[in-house]
Amino acid sequence: MKMLMSGNEAIARGAYEAGVLVASAYPGTPSTEIMEHFSQYDDIYAEWAVNEKVACEVAVGASMRGVRSFSAMKHVGLNVAADAFMSFAYQVVNGGFVLITADEPSMYSSQNEQDNRYFAYFGKTALIEPTDSQDCLDYMKYAFEISEKYETPVLFRVTTRICHSKSIVSLGDRVVPPTREFVKDPKKMLMVPANSKLRHPQIEEQRINGLREYSNNCPLNVMEINDTKIGIIANGVSYQYSKEVFGDNASYLKVGMANPLPDKMIKDFADKVDTLYVIEENEPFMETQIRAMGINCIGKDLFPIYWEFSPELIREKILGVAPVATYSSDVQAPIRPPVLCAGCPHRGLFFELGKYKNKAFFSGDIGCYSLGAMNPLNALDSAICMGGSITGAHGFEKATVMSGVENFKKSFGILGDSTFFHSGITGLINAIYNNAPITTIILDNSITGMTGHQENPGTGKNVMGQIAPIVDIKALCFACGIKEENLIIVDPYDLKATKEAVKLGFEATEPFVIITKRECALLKPIIKARSKMKYKVNAEKCIRCKMCLKTGCPALQLGEKVSIDQDQCNGCSVCSQVCPSKAIEKVGE
Amino acid sequence: MVKNILLVGVGGQGTILTSKILSKGFVENGYDVKMAEIHGMSQRGGTVTTQIRYGEKVYSPVIEKGTADIIIAFEKSEALRFLDYLNKGGILVVNDYEIKPVTVSIGMSEYPNDVFEVYDKAVDNLHFIKANKMADDLGNSKIMNIVLLGNLVKMLQLESIDWKKIISETVPEKAVELNLKAFEKGYESI
Repeated sequence: MKMLMSGNEAIARGAYEAGVLVASAYPGTPSTEIMEHFSQYDDIYAEWAVNEKVACEVAVGASMRGVRSFSAMKHVGLNVAADAFMSFAYQVVNGGFVLITADEPSMYSSQNEQDNRYFAYFGKTALIEPTDSQDCLDYMKYAFEISEKYETPVLFRVTTRICHSKSIVSLGDRVVPPTREFVKDPKKMLMVPANSKLRHPQIEEQRINGLREYSNNCPLNVMEINDTKIGIIANGVSYQYSKEVFGDNASYLKVGMANPLPDKMIKDFADKVDTLYVIEENEPFMETQIRAMGINCIGKDLFPIYWEFSPELIREKILGVAPVATYSSDVQAPIRPPVLCAGCPHRGLFFELGKYKNKAFFSGDIGCYSLGAMNPLNALDSAICMGGSITGAHGFEKATVMSGVENFKKSFGILGDSTFFHSGITGLINAIYNNAPITTIILDNSITGMTGHQENPGTGKNVMGQIAPIVDIKALCFACGIKEENLIIVDPYDLKATKEAVKLGFEATEPFVIITKRECALLKPIIKARSKMKYKVNAEKCIRCKMCLKTGCPALQLGEKVSIDQDQCNGCSVCSQVCPSKAIEKVGE
Repeated sequence: MVKNILLVGVGGQGTILTSKILSKGFVENGYDVKMAEIHGMSQRGGTVTTQIRYGEKVYSPVIEKGTADIIIAFEKSEALRFLDYLNKGGILVVNDYEIKPVTVSIGMSEYPNDVFEVYDKAVDNLHFIKANKMADDLGNSKIMNIVLLGNLVKMLQLESIDWKKIISETVPEKAVELNLKAFEKGYESI
């Protein structure tokens, strides 16, 4: 059967066909849909873990038992999972284990564009890179075979263009291999110093050499000899772009297994072509190694080390042919950055928080609420990484005390419910334990929002759609040591109450927690329940003072007077609470 | 020959459903198809694009500058960002519907006046369509994406594919009739 699938769908399908029984992931663009699709299949176990390290370890546990398992995450998620991944890389793998890393050249939804191929080199594991959706499906099956044959974790690296592009895929049948026996053998699975010391030489001498031999003779690395004036070594989507530009007018070495590199094949290919180009997005991962082999090639001296490539980039760099200039206009489209949605429960908080921007430091985190940094709210000063908000605020506060500086004496750590479960909780425990009088604000919208609504331990459901226990965030804060008088729960649609809570948080002299509780406005039941709740501007009363526009709601439109786009409005009422002339009136129920 | 279709709009306008129906139609009729989208942060009211390429054999999932056979702007100003993607003589379809971003309300950027004239001056083959108005007249402004699909089928002369069958298989059962009406309305709007 043939169908159009995104890379993420095809990875999930490949895992299913390869007989995976257990999978654990944490959502993160562009990887999220892998687990969303995988969880739809029958006869598998799938879960959203609380973070990537946990996800990786759960999959490792399943592999130790002797079944095939995978874990999926975005590139920066592997930083979180690296402790597990790098140590597991020393173990003798039992059931096939694949870790999928979804990298993001051009950073459409990410804070950096780190190239995770180095993790395979670093961890001494196999590295697989598909170039389209069919490869995603096929290569997942190879990945599990490699993992079991060479007793190694396999890093399966994709990029946004692979994850989110669709192409035609032929499906196969699911084959579940027999469960491999679990034999108690600490030398294989218990990496204490004495065992690790024995394992390292085995990895260098057996695993890596075996994998290199395979890499030189496997269906993942393919040489295609056409015209030999131009030879191209390419991975991932760069291979497809190269084919688009050159067709049969160049020769190719498609690298689907990039660690260890197929050294003999590369030498052979280099001998066959006149000029050798290495086309890879981001770091010169292949190029550096190819040069170290004494082979001359053209790579990063021609192609940029940052941002994603395109066919026109390759055309321009190699052939010197610029795109045909067709049409243009001097008139620009308006700037249209992503913003907090109409009715977003985070808006009320950031509106009130912004009033303290000259007095306080706002340490943010990763999620929709990072948009609180945008104009006109301007209520976030930093965002490091998942869970970095509370800890960043903690360090800032301690430095304020130690340095004795007078400004920005109050620090806020601001993060969402899923991020709090991910790695915010450890920071809160640390701040309380070390007596940092910072104020933590947990924006509980009862969902993992930015990645498109995934369940988490606060939502009451799991990825398979089953009812799950709900973590009580308030009780958890108390258990960590927050005093009862130092925690307040507030509805962020209620600006007066939010204002009061922020004031208490600002004035607190002990660790303090504010929980803003209101569901994401885009949740289907919420959209339905609020579909008739709207606000309208009474043009006679509107004095065009633009106060309401300071909330940054995209439903508000400025003309001769302000008006509200009724399609977007969900009746949150925040703008009406801000309006000094009471011109914004409720319509409907 | 590979044909290139570029859909541009604002997060939440339904470009994804339109492209899903289109690509399904091409696949079922034996074409090789690739499609590129970017999801994630850009969905939050930002610019969104969907690129569809179909033909005998397609390699790149993304369209190169100067090669789009048609651009459909679901929002009036959005095609301004992509005029250099249109091929010479290519068709520009613009939905007469404005979504002003927050940056305009707070004075950080301007929404251009007389967008129609700007496009008319810039390109050779321009069509304006009031897809939101047509969808409203049918009782649901959200189905403007299917009105635009009908329009695209007419523009690219894709009548050999049974689009009504594909729409019926793709949208929820209770919405089939409305979607088919929207498709027809878009098709006949030229």
